[in-house]
Amino acid sequence: MEMMLAIGIGVFAASGVWLLLRPRTYQVIIGLALLSYAVNMFIFSMGRIKMDAPPVLTPGTAADPAVLADPVPQALVLTAIVIGFAMTALFLVVLLAARGRTGTDHVDGREAE
Amino acid sequence: MQPGPLLLVMLLLPFAGSLVAGFLPTNARNTAATLAGSIGVVGSLMLVWLYLDVADEEPVRFALDWLPTLGLDFTLRLDGLSWLFATLISGIGALVALYARYYMSPEDPVPRFFSFLLAFQGSMLGVVISGNLVQLVFFWELTSLFSFLLIGYWHHSAPAREGARMALIITASGGLCLFVGVMLIGRIVGSYDVDEVLNSGNLIRNSDLYMPALALILLGAFTKSAQFPFHFWLPHAMSAPTPVSSYLHSATMVKAGIFLMIRLWPVMAGTDEWFYVVVPVGLTTLLLGAFAAIFQQDLKGLLAYSTISHLGLITLLLGLGSPLAAVAAIFHTLNHAIFKASLFMAAGIIDHETGTRDMRRLSGLARYMPFTATLAMVAAASMAGVPLLNGFISKEMFFAEAVANHTGSLLDDSLPYWATLAGVFSVTYSMRFILGVFFGPPPIDLPRRPHEPERWMRFPIELLVLLCLTIGIVPGFTVGPLLATAIRSVIGTGLPAYSLALWHGFTLPLLMSFIALIGGIVLYYALRRYLMSGIEGPPLIRELKGQRIFDKVLVTISWQWARAAEAVLGTRRLQPQMRLVLALAVIAAVVPLVGHVVGTGMLPGAPMEPAFVVVWAIGIACAIGAAYQAKYHRFAALVLVGGAGLVTCVTFIWLSAPDLALTQLLVEIVTTVLLLLGLRWLPKRIEDVYGTRPPLSVLVRRYIDFTIACGLGAVMAFLSYSLMTRPHASAVSRFFVENAYSEGGGTNIVNVILVDFRGFDTMGEIVVLCLAALTVFGLLRRFRPAPESIESPEQQRIQDAFDDAEPTRAPGDTLTDYLMIPRLIMNWLFPVIGVAAVYLFMRGHDLPGGGFAAGITLSIAFVVQYMANGTRWVEDHLRVLPLRWMGLGLLTAVATGLGSWFFGYPFLTSYFQYAVLPVVGKIPVASALLFDLGVFALVVGATVLILIALAHQSLRSSRSSQSSEAERWR
Repeated sequence: MEMMLAIGIGVFAASGVWLLLRPRTYQVIIGLALLSYAVNMFIFSMGRIKMDAPPVLTPGTAADPAVLADPVPQALVLTAIVIGFAMTALFLVVLLAARGRTGTDHVDGREAE
Repeated sequence: MQPGPLLLVMLLLPFAGSLVAGFLPTNARNTAATLAGSIGVVGSLMLVWLYLDVADEEPVRFALDWLPTLGLDFTLRLDGLSWLFATLISGIGALVALYARYYMSPEDPVPRFFSFLLAFQGSMLGVVISGNLVQLVFFWELTSLFSFLLIGYWHHSAPAREGARMALIITASGGLCLFVGVMLIGRIVGSYDVDEVLNSGNLIRNSDLYMPALALILLGAFTKSAQFPFHFWLPHAMSAPTPVSSYLHSATMVKAGIFLMIRLWPVMAGTDEWFYVVVPVGLTTLLLGAFAAIFQQDLKGLLAYSTISHLGLITLLLGLGSPLAAVAAIFHTLNHAIFKASLFMAAGIIDHETGTRDMRRLSGLARYMPFTATLAMVAAASMAGVPLLNGFISKEMFFAEAVANHTGSLLDDSLPYWATLAGVFSVTYSMRFILGVFFGPPPIDLPRRPHEPERWMRFPIELLVLLCLTIGIVPGFTVGPLLATAIRSVIGTGLPAYSLALWHGFTLPLLMSFIALIGGIVLYYALRRYLMSGIEGPPLIRELKGQRIFDKVLVTISWQWARAAEAVLGTRRLQPQMRLVLALAVIAAVVPLVGHVVGTGMLPGAPMEPAFVVVWAIGIACAIGAAYQAKYHRFAALVLVGGAGLVTCVTFIWLSAPDLALTQLLVEIVTTVLLLLGLRWLPKRIEDVYGTRPPLSVLVRRYIDFTIACGLGAVMAFLSYSLMTRPHASAVSRFFVENAYSEGGGTNIVNVILVDFRGFDTMGEIVVLCLAALTVFGLLRRFRPAPESIESPEQQRIQDAFDDAEPTRAPGDTLTDYLMIPRLIMNWLFPVIGVAAVYLFMRGHDLPGGGFAAGITLSIAFVVQYMANGTRWVEDHLRVLPLRWMGLGLLTAVATGLGSWFFGYPFLTSYFQYAVLPVVGKIPVASALLFDLGVFALVVGATVLILIALAHQSLRSSRSSQSSEAERWR
């Protein structure tokens, strides 16, 4: 499981980075989305992977961190997902505005010579 | 009042006055001048009061702890030397304030002038009464700063701006050197305290760091006191209003370097290094300044070069290293301040009353302003060293010291000749000042008709000239005791035998004075014809221009080098920058691993499930596909990214993170809708500009990018795998798991962390979301689509054409028919999704859900309406007001946080209780729930705002295309 997840994270990150380096704004926005998946999974995996672990407490029983899913990376990633959405929205609008003003969707605001 | 606190009051008073003056109305000339003058007078009176304390052996001290662990305290210290300087600063400050009241024109913003002047006065007092060297440097730099502001006071004039900039750059760079030098002293002594430094003379002189410390401190002193080769800023500073020249650039600020050299004289002087650095610099400055002063055409220029020359004289005296020379230096500092301040004021009066300072145009003024002429003549005679005046006495002390033997070197032996030569020059330029301006034929063609100035404008000069006379005639009764106190604080107990008197008998110095006087008169008459010809600048050394080198250095550093660096290192293109950043990220991840045996962890890990492998194989295919398609097939890429997102969702569920899966799924939906809305505004895909085969450079670039991408992917895969297979010990998680229910009252630990334990972080996060949404809104309000995107999309045009062709159909019918059933369902879904949102919100504290998820869910309910019915229909039927949602949400969250203050707890402390409601059952009632409500409202508002702001753009475009079509029909 760990191996599969690690490879997945690596491929997501590589695809995202490749797109970040491309000249068209749309490629960059897609790349950012892929990279944020990879980073979110990466942070999440810091809590180690546990299958079928209870994510919530049962009142009345002793709370055992060894059994429960690690909540800290989850809380971090939850925040990251929402912020990622805000970032995507902002970037999208910036790229649309830039495209409207410069007439091109190149990341530099003008076509390469 | 105790002497210590009085010292603090004396220091703070000018700064307080500066603040008050800064807020006075622009025309409050009298108020500001009265304020500045009375602060000077009060400061002087305090100093008179403090004199008895200072005259005792011990200096007056006042200390406040600031950073005691670093040996930095706020310390004030007043001894004889600082008393003398402080009295000069306060006393002349008061006189200059009175003078400036009449000098400054009512059209200028005079209160600002006095504000700067007072602030300068405070900074200068800070320099002389600092008991800590670091603190001294701080005030030192402040004086540079206020000198800059005062020189540039008439900022509409270019010479003033340039002079101000030059003075600031030179004196502040010197200040930086001084700072480092002081650091070195602190390192040698182990303290910055002035008393301790003064007690460590042998330690400093024998230290290995003595040379660098000496060099750096002298750089500071030489730049400030306009010593060769840094002297050129002072003549340029003459663009300042004359009160400033009189106060800063003759009496006080330029003496700061002298003060520092006197202050550190007991611990740094007396070595060969000191002698061979300070004496040549002082001598060069003395001769060069005096020589250049003869040939100035500007009245203030003459005085500026004369000031440079006198500063050189004092530096030279300090360089000699003998106690008697130090006595002469201190005495001459005082005398020079008195006569030069009065001369500057006289020059200012001439400028004020005639409208020019050019000596080629001025002559015969004595008949128009006899009083001023007399006063200026006395002061100039003092400058020339004529007997019965104070300048004579200290100059004779200087001659005596020049004759005396110090090191026996050639330089030392030749000093009497150089000194006499400088004396000749000073007599010549003083004569030029007097004879050229006040005597000769009446002036012709002056801008104004000259006359005596107002009574009180002359008063400061009268007072200063009176001092010149009394000190010159009866020095022992007037300044004798004050001087003795100052000298004792520098030299200590072994006071040398000196006599302050007018007449010492027929001695060699007297002969030198006599030679200088006769030689000066002869030289003046010899040069007269040349001077009358009106040539600008001194002969022989005309080409020696410090400011030319300065300008060249400045241009090289701030323009040429900057340009070169920009050309080599800078790029305006994003891709190379990204490439560098990402390559650096790979390197930063790999470098720490070099040299270590790095392996993956030892844990066996969970058994591989085939289904999981299949899911991730799909995910990987989606990611690679998206990367491949994003350029030409945007829609396909969007679908594929959605696929990758879904794989992430599934993984979260699989690995026991239902909260994440839920949020990820919802955000996925919203993001996809958002990007779909954006797609419409992007240009049609362009064919590959390179044709079938791209050029080699492009291939190389792609190859590099591919390598970086694979490298980063590999690093992340390796890191996550190595970490996942190592044991996990998180004390942080343990705390949250164990306390979530008992402290936060919720069983959903993730939610409790977000709204309770780390509520402040969440607060920051929703603020970010809020700002992002507002920025999107703001950007879209001024959105201008590209011209080729304004027309309706092709599909819409085909549908509309079909509707137009059929007589029974109205435009848009096809679309309506097409979505008939889905639209009905989607309309009905609104309450369903709304209820789901409320449900997710309510259970959030105990089960997966919460404010974020609920907020996005509700916003999806709105978006679905837009998709089903079109923007116009929704905007006609539904008023969402997302800005209010956001505002209310933020207010609720903040108010919840503030609420805990009323109960005496820190911000955002939460309280919880379980309540039992009929039908619904037991529900948690926590203040965190209220906070989560704020989060919920804000997320709804922000998400809806972003989406509908973008959706609204389609209306705008159809409107504009309609109008353009209407034009076509017309």
